[in-house]
Amino acid sequence: MSKQTLFDKIWDSHVVRSIEEGPDVLYIDRHFIHEVTSPQAFAGLRKRGIKVFRPEQTLATADHNIPTKDQDKPIKDEKSRIQVEQLAKNTAEFGINYFGLNHPNNGIVHVVGPELGYTLPGSTIVCGDSHTSTHGAFGAVAFGIGTSEVEMVLSTQCILQPKPKKMRINVNGALGKGVTAKDVILYIISQLSTGGATGYFVEYAGTTFKAMSMEERMTVCNMSIEMGARGGLIAPDETTFEYLKTIPAISGRADLPQLIGKWEKLKTDDGAEFDREISFDASKIKPMITYGTNPGMGMAINDTIPEVDDINPDTSASFLKSLDYMGFTPGEKLEGHTVDYVFLGSCTNGRIEDFRAFAKLVKGRKKASNITALLVPGSKLVEKQAREEGLDKILEAAGFELRQPGCSSCLAMNEDKIPAGKYAVATSNRNFEGRQGPGARTLLASPLTAAAAAITGKITDPRKFL
Amino acid sequence: MSKKKFEILESRCVPLPLENVDTDQIIPARFLSATTREGFGENLFRDWRYDKTGNKNTDFVLNNPTYSGEVLVAGKNFGSGSSREHAVWAITDYGFRVVVSSFFADIFRNNSLNNGLLPVIVPEKYLKNLLALIKKDPSTMVKIDLGKQEFSVMPDGEPIKFEINAYKKECLMKGLDDIDYLLSIKDVIIDYENSRN
Ligand code: SF4
Repeated sequence: MSKQTLFDKIWDSHVVRSIEEGPDVLYIDRHFIHEVTSPQAFAGLRKRGIKVFRPEQTLATADHNIPTKDQDKPIKDEKSRIQVEQLAKNTAEFGINYFGLNHPNNGIVHVVGPELGYTLPGSTIVCGDSHTSTHGAFGAVAFGIGTSEVEMVLSTQCILQPKPKKMRINVNGALGKGVTAKDVILYIISQLSTGGATGYFVEYAGTTFKAMSMEERMTVCNMSIEMGARGGLIAPDETTFEYLKTIPAISGRADLPQLIGKWEKLKTDDGAEFDREISFDASKIKPMITYGTNPGMGMAINDTIPEVDDINPDTSASFLKSLDYMGFTPGEKLEGHTVDYVFLGSCTNGRIEDFRAFAKLVKGRKKASNITALLVPGSKLVEKQAREEGLDKILEAAGFELRQPGCSSCLAMNEDKIPAGKYAVATSNRNFEGRQGPGARTLLASPLTAAAAAITGKITDPRKFL
Repeated sequence: MSKKKFEILESRCVPLPLENVDTDQIIPARFLSATTREGFGENLFRDWRYDKTGNKNTDFVLNNPTYSGEVLVAGKNFGSGSSREHAVWAITDYGFRVVVSSFFADIFRNNSLNNGLLPVIVPEKYLKNLLALIKKDPSTMVKIDLGKQEFSVMPDGEPIKFEINAYKKECLMKGLDDIDYLLSIKDVIIDYENSRN
């Protein structure tokens, strides 16, 4: 048999039928839904008068639109409340498991799935949210879909999908002090640009990823979409199996040894071909920060913004428009620039390790007086664990407050908005114009860099505190 | 459920010569709280169309009466970012039926095709010339012939071929829907499930 990539193995084994000169009919093992991209899909089912085909393979959570304070009280914003109520109603009517507000398993869909053991190696996973690529950290083919496709999965557990091309990104070597998984992926995106992997499904390989924890791998896979990739995955290994064994729903399975035996085979064959392959050296990567309005506009934190002459003339208009929005000039150094907000959270960096890293850096120090901080755990379980580990106390002593879980300021659909013109160092994944609120200026960075900004009130190299 | 059929379209164009226009610009997140598909057109490019106080930005192209038509011509890498289909609903609800660019983000392209919005990919250089042409003469008409997979500037511009997946082309031309197709092969899906157990 010909040599296959990990992606081929998973994809091909889920093809129900290939349409000639058309897409594949791909079978979906797990489907996650949330309040924002599902209402119109349920409306479609009602219009057709059909049921959900395999309700037990879909899981729902409310995350995008919810407040991160006073979650026990009714949602104040009427439209948000209606959307969340609609999800509760839809999931009850169609028999889908739902983790609503205040449910102990509630949280951001891409944090909840993995921590509860819904995300398994070798499976196909979709969700009406582009950061579904997060689940690829477990060696799954996971990608975001639109609402029409949500309706396809609800009605038939399949979607029509052309098979993407394959790319492998190798990073080898040890990371320097203060350089995190977030810096690795921001570095890769800055090298490839925001559309550089469009049309591809990426496999991340090499010793750098191998050495990463599951949380770190999720951070990397999460941002695959920010370079245009359909998704990203990492072959499962001991780290993956050990992580899965800590999850009650998995450790209790009688067939666990057989499952692990199957998962161990999930890797790219030696000599399998990729449509594109690139390699980076981990030792070159420094703590990163973005300066523009797409995630590809990133640089080392102590670097300077490129000059117009360094930019491809075709893109210089967009480049200048972006800097104008950010209030920066070409050639400017960002280190030392005042910051107004710090956001720790999102499906990129809202996991327990991120809170540990942030807390460790601010421990014994004080929040800068000019900083408003939003520290939002990715899920109820993360919040609970942070409290159990006493992180909330460390944060409080330093002048911070731990909020309740949700997407929050990542897309600012709730009231956690950054005011116009203000600067926010954010651990989320998008710095688009207005992403954190109309006129908000977002600087993407790691939890360590966010912590350094939170205590100095400025853009600061976190290595100074390590 | 059948959709509007697409065969040939002749129209003027609205130019948007910016690169990397992401779905947060097409429809900002704060307008995603609706539970229906209708009405998003009002907020298409909201933060470019209106200033902070809610007044129209007269220099934004959608507020410029010189330009009109059902064809949006946009810079490279259009539709990146979030998977929100609301972006496509906003574009179609506003009245566009075609978006022309040199490069589209994947999910956006899928979403477009699932909603009868035709993404037409043209070479970078052609796109530049087209944008310059529309700027020079806003009454420029273009023709999109889906059957022939040809895009041309009227009346006598050399037609240029564009790619579209044969299955998706047929769906658009016949106004067919993917879900109808999937529902029609349910037995095959069940056989597949059984074969895995
Ligand atoms: S945290 Fe942000 S990126 Fe992640 S699912 Fe929520 S809105 Fe999307």
